Amino acid sequence: MPGLDEDLANAASATPKALFGKPHLLSVEDVKVMSTPLPRPNPNADSQSYWDAARERRLLIRNCKACGRRHFMPRHLCPHCWSDQLEWMESHGRGSILSFSVVHRAPTPAFAATTPYVIALIDLDEGPRMFANIVGDNSHDVAIGDRVSVIYEARGDGAMLPQFTRFEG
Amino acid sequence: MTTSSFLKNKVALVGIGESNIGKVPECSGLGLNAQACKRALDDAGLKVSDVDGLLTAYSFTEPYTMLGSSLCEYLGLQPRLCCSMVAGGASPGIMLRHAAQAIAMGLAETVLVCAGENRATGLGRDLAVAVLAQVGHPQFEQPYGGSIPGFYAMVARRHMYEYGTTREQIASVAVNTRAHALLHPNAQMKSPITLEQVLSSKPIADPLRMLDCCLISDAAGAFVVTSAEKARDLRAKPIYLLGIGEKHTHEHIMCAPSLTHFGAAESGHIAYEMAGVGPEDIDVAELYDCFTIVPIIELEELGFTEPGAGGAFFEQGHARIGGKLPINTHGGMLSHAHAGAAGGLFGIVEAVRQLRGDEGDRQVHGAELALVHNEGGILSSHCTIILGNQES
Repeated sequence: MPGLDEDLANAASATPKALFGKPHLLSVEDVKVMSTPLPRPNPNADSQSYWDAARERRLLIRNCKACGRRHFMPRHLCPHCWSDQLEWMESHGRGSILSFSVVHRAPTPAFAATTPYVIALIDLDEGPRMFANIVGDNSHDVAIGDRVSVIYEARGDGAMLPQFTRFEG
Repeated sequence: MTTSSFLKNKVALVGIGESNIGKVPECSGLGLNAQACKRALDDAGLKVSDVDGLLTAYSFTEPYTMLGSSLCEYLGLQPRLCCSMVAGGASPGIMLRHAAQAIAMGLAETVLVCAGENRATGLGRDLAVAVLAQVGHPQFEQPYGGSIPGFYAMVARRHMYEYGTTREQIASVAVNTRAHALLHPNAQMKSPITLEQVLSSKPIADPLRMLDCCLISDAAGAFVVTSAEKARDLRAKPIYLLGIGEKHTHEHIMCAPSLTHFGAAESGHIAYEMAGVGPEDIDVAELYDCFTIVPIIELEELGFTEPGAGGAFFEQGHARIGGKLPINTHGGMLSHAHAGAAGGLFGIVEAVRQLRGDEGDRQVHGAELALVHNEGGILSSHCTIILGNQES
């Protein structure tokens, strides 16, 4: 089997602790970082309405009034026809899984406590594609093509993150 | 005439250099670049005063705002042309194209291209957090714990679903590449691995495991580009730029047009057309391999196999030195080195070595045409390069 050096040398195997330094250098700051809560979305001018709606448990996508196509992530103009005549529309919050992975090694300390967790690309029935977690008791049995529907995960201060859970249908 | 065909046969790679690789605590990030640049100039038999341009990429460990200028300052260079270019793993190929354009247009005569950083020993905790945090989209991927292996894992999962690619086929890429690294004196990994070891290594992001993932290295690479005319008088056999193409389709995986077809098809098409060759003419290929699934996809997208047949190509040993198309003869980013943009740059360095024809056990006999593919992001930015040891 590969030795410890090889172990540490491999990028994805590096948990933040392993990557950031030797265990004996772990300081008070490390512990603070390790207990960081899961991140909250940080809205900007393109996404403020999206995240405001999420707080009300509504999933908004962008619809182009010029070409009729929808997109995600929200933008200042339509990525298909460059019209700036955009409107928000509410998604029914249902879609299908294009692909997924069960993540065993978290990218940041905040997520280390939540492994293993499922990430997925979801094609909404209205067209656009989103990235989210598949959550719920049966999330680890997920398969490509599974039907999913939106639920909301509280991230503190009223912030809500759209997530998806499997359903029959 | 397109810009790219204008560049055919105009420039040659005349010097190559690798820093020490692995854990190199005696070198800073800039120091590793300096070591690689010095070795590349020595290899070319050129003096520092011959260099009038420098291009470099980016550094996570020493993120100078103007990395190109900072590196020139460190090296004592005052060039006429200098820039740092950021297109992730595609940066080295793109830098080669910009160097070639500058030389062909008379803006510079000899350009040093380098990249790398001290990723194994130089990443402090705060910087590493920043590196890891900027992987995904800040609002629509990062809050979900998206990771680079996770994004590539979704690509692998989809390839398995659409084409029936097996876990064993994907793992065979790592075994193939490691076997080549053992023949490279400067490769980071020194011991062989088996298929079973890959399949039982630690799960990272299903279906990818630890040995499906590239290394973290202290490493830098460099090459010297000059005019074909000047190259004739230099020490090394000139290796000519025959074809080069780029294609950029997205940055974040949620915006990728497809999970099975990527910009490599078009960047490859442009490069083949410029060189006037096809995949059947290529003798050796150095394909970007940040994860084992990636060279499988590139093999297909670049036309070496039918879509879906890339995994079987590796599994059947066709990618070994001595096989139909030797791939990643230096050991790739899985087993030779990976440190930022240096990973893809080592593919260019190895292609030059193979075309010079003096690599001993590692030599692909009679190699005249090499293809190098760089990609950055999550198969987002692509650059395909075709090099030859004769003008065509």
